[in-house]
Amino acid sequence: MPAKELSPIEIYKYLPKTNCKECGETNCMAFAAKLVNREATLQECLPLLDPKQTETFTRLWVLLKPPVKAVEIGLENNKRKIGGEYVQYRHEFTYFSPTAIAIDVSDEMSDEEVEIRAKFVNELNYQYIGMNLTLDMVAIRSTSKDPAKFEAITKKVAQLTNKPLILCALEPAVMEQGLAAVEGKRPLIYAATKNNWKEMADLALMYKCPLVASSPQDLNTLKSLAKTLKEYGVDDIVLDPGTLWDAGTSTTVNNFTILRDLAINEEDEDLGYPLLGVPMVAWAAKEEDHLVKEWNEAMLASVLVTRYTDIMIIHSVSGWSLLPLIFLRQNLYTDPRKPVAVEAGVRAFGDVTDMSPVFLTTNFALTYYTVASDIESAKLSCHVLVVDSEGMSVESAVAGRKLTADTIAEAVKSFKLGDIVKHRHLVIPGRAARLSGEIQEATGWSVSVGPMDSSGIPKYLEEKWKPTVE
Amino acid sequence: MAIKKKNESLPLSFDILEALAKYQEIELSDVDISFEELEINLTPGGVIGVPRPRAQPILKTKPLSLIEAKVDLPIKEYSGKIVEVKLGATRTEGGTRNKSIVIGGESVPAYYNFQQMPPHKPVIAFDVFDWPKVSLAKAVKEHFRDVVHDPAEWAKLCVEKYNAEMINLHFLTIDPLIEDTSPRTAVKVVENVLQAVDVPIAIGGCGDPKKDLAVFTAIAEATKGERLLINSVTLDMDIEKSAKMIKDNDHVAIAFTSMDVNKARELNRKLYDYLPKNQIVMDTTTAALGYGLDYAFTVMERCRLAGLKGDPELNHPMSSGSTNAWAAREAWMKMSDQWTPRELRGPLWETITAQTLLLTGVDYFMMMHPAAANAIRTIINHLMSGKNASTGDTVEWVSLKV
Repeated sequence: MPAKELSPIEIYKYLPKTNCKECGETNCMAFAAKLVNREATLQECLPLLDPKQTETFTRLWVLLKPPVKAVEIGLENNKRKIGGEYVQYRHEFTYFSPTAIAIDVSDEMSDEEVEIRAKFVNELNYQYIGMNLTLDMVAIRSTSKDPAKFEAITKKVAQLTNKPLILCALEPAVMEQGLAAVEGKRPLIYAATKNNWKEMADLALMYKCPLVASSPQDLNTLKSLAKTLKEYGVDDIVLDPGTLWDAGTSTTVNNFTILRDLAINEEDEDLGYPLLGVPMVAWAAKEEDHLVKEWNEAMLASVLVTRYTDIMIIHSVSGWSLLPLIFLRQNLYTDPRKPVAVEAGVRAFGDVTDMSPVFLTTNFALTYYTVASDIESAKLSCHVLVVDSEGMSVESAVAGRKLTADTIAEAVKSFKLGDIVKHRHLVIPGRAARLSGEIQEATGWSVSVGPMDSSGIPKYLEEKWKPTVE
Repeated sequence: MAIKKKNESLPLSFDILEALAKYQEIELSDVDISFEELEINLTPGGVIGVPRPRAQPILKTKPLSLIEAKVDLPIKEYSGKIVEVKLGATRTEGGTRNKSIVIGGESVPAYYNFQQMPPHKPVIAFDVFDWPKVSLAKAVKEHFRDVVHDPAEWAKLCVEKYNAEMINLHFLTIDPLIEDTSPRTAVKVVENVLQAVDVPIAIGGCGDPKKDLAVFTAIAEATKGERLLINSVTLDMDIEKSAKMIKDNDHVAIAFTSMDVNKARELNRKLYDYLPKNQIVMDTTTAALGYGLDYAFTVMERCRLAGLKGDPELNHPMSSGSTNAWAAREAWMKMSDQWTPRELRGPLWETITAQTLLLTGVDYFMMMHPAAANAIRTIINHLMSGKNASTGDTVEWVSLKV
């Protein structure tokens, strides 16, 4: 049953209904709700583990299992899960495993280039509202088709990074050398095709690795491969329907959409696997300028993130083109069930006193966390008056009249700002500048217009803030 | 409900419970056992034992050749259809534009080309402001530096140099808190822009519900029949007056709400009292990548799917102010070397913001940076190329020497 249609009642009827509280919930209904939200797992219900309950347990497991299988790549401490998805559209529930991004290296790259790339994967990190946006894996390609070279590069990369690996070679003899070089590290094998599937399946089973089934632009053969590999004994499968850029983008968007739609809405188990996309096909274009290729690759990768891709291989190692991509991935894999707003009120940062400055912002979660992280990272001491804007950003709230002189005056009053600080001075966001006169009138406080962006707060304090008691 | 496996012969692995503990996934192995053969040991400490089959595993025969399979395309019936809206009017249609543009008309989700191609290309319109002091990112401003003092020149540059299909003329100076320019002055500016370019245009206000209505009314009357896109009508405006003014003068409304599907419905419903459906485009707010794009994306996706599934209050073409991407600091801020050049990072930010919303079905884009507009035009052409599922030449990327 699609996750969006599963109700707690459906689950509850199979639970023991004893309200034993062993799971930590007050009753079985609450536990059922947690299960449906995938915030709890079945084995937390101890009575269900009774051997006599195996049938019920299994029934529940079938009800709760994701239609897109979860596949793990890599070793215990450095593994990455992909797939495990329940819905096609994020508003139907939420997405769970953000698209894994692997950076390309090949066995004919110079040592220096390989080192730069491994370092890039290891170190790329952007701090965004309290989270670290990072890269996930390294994909190693055999461009020489020489088994010895593939073995050497695989060994080398494994020394340079702890991130999980994707080994890419279509010749089983080459693949085997690569797998032997990192035995036990559980890389993802790329790929089983209609020509080599049996040898690749044997390798996947022998080395206990997940395996990509690849059939570019041919979904029937892709399904046939997945079905056959499964019968052959390979459980952890990833699907590659082929990635195209230029006029082929239409085909690619269609294929990814068809596969995910069928896996989730038609519960086609042969297609219920994570999807692999390859934005680096943008590098096959004729243009000379590598900046254009980086740009195109970022666009294609973003299309793929939007259309259900679970793991992708990227060639670019440029921050400017990858930053929007890792932002987009974070955004779309944010749980839409989580609230948009933080609580309104007055927050203290650092060693505040009753003479510390007061900044004003709205209660839109992103706005608030951005302001908070700017203040914290600059180690400033100040108060922040968080006004209830019904979860809108400053700009939208001003335009939508959720942040007005009246709502601000109300907040100053109800949160007793006058008791918290001795001065009567409010710094408002630059994007609310047009309200400054009205706020002054409504609150009786003197109002200064702060920076347009909260990254300017430290500089603003240094240059403009002069506390006085009136 | 779909319990497809027969319970009496469920294949279970040894570590069923351990696997379930992790992510509710069972690892299937070559073992067929029945429940009678299962034995689960619960140790006193509550540690989970593993089921042990008494019987020897029965090895399946491995396939020797590919098992045939066929993918049936997920063709679905959609009871709703997005209304078609015509923007701009030619001389024969009662206006003065060189051509008019139709948007909307979709009957399947965005770019489900395997079922049906979209009937019309989404439109890219360039933003033009009537106030030279408008705050623009450096990367944007350098393209318009010479024309910011004159909206007509600015519009002309967008059309002639950057192939703008439409112009969004935003009136900021009318804001009582800026210059409080009169409606009559605004009309003059619109007339100049209509003279300077022959593409359809949209008229944007300052966000003050009273002043906007006054200015829109003056412009609407002076340009009767031009099918201007009036940006926008909001819930806190006088909806009756706004809608009648648009209908009487044959223009089109952008119904603007802030990221709320129910508010979008409510506004459309109120407009229906006075305005035909084919004179309404909806805008549910565009937030920048990293600063609420996920909300913008999901509200648009929900609106479009609801419209297609038959919701009669949401089946309108959608508009996106993708220029809002520049509100993200990462679009314009100087950052460490690792993230440079910002001259590319900024327009890519606008591009990815717009492209993500394109994939929800947006029909009308308001954009700013010429490179971003060009990139979105390119991806639209790619997506509308007519290529269906399972066509195209494979790229041999595994052995690609880059």
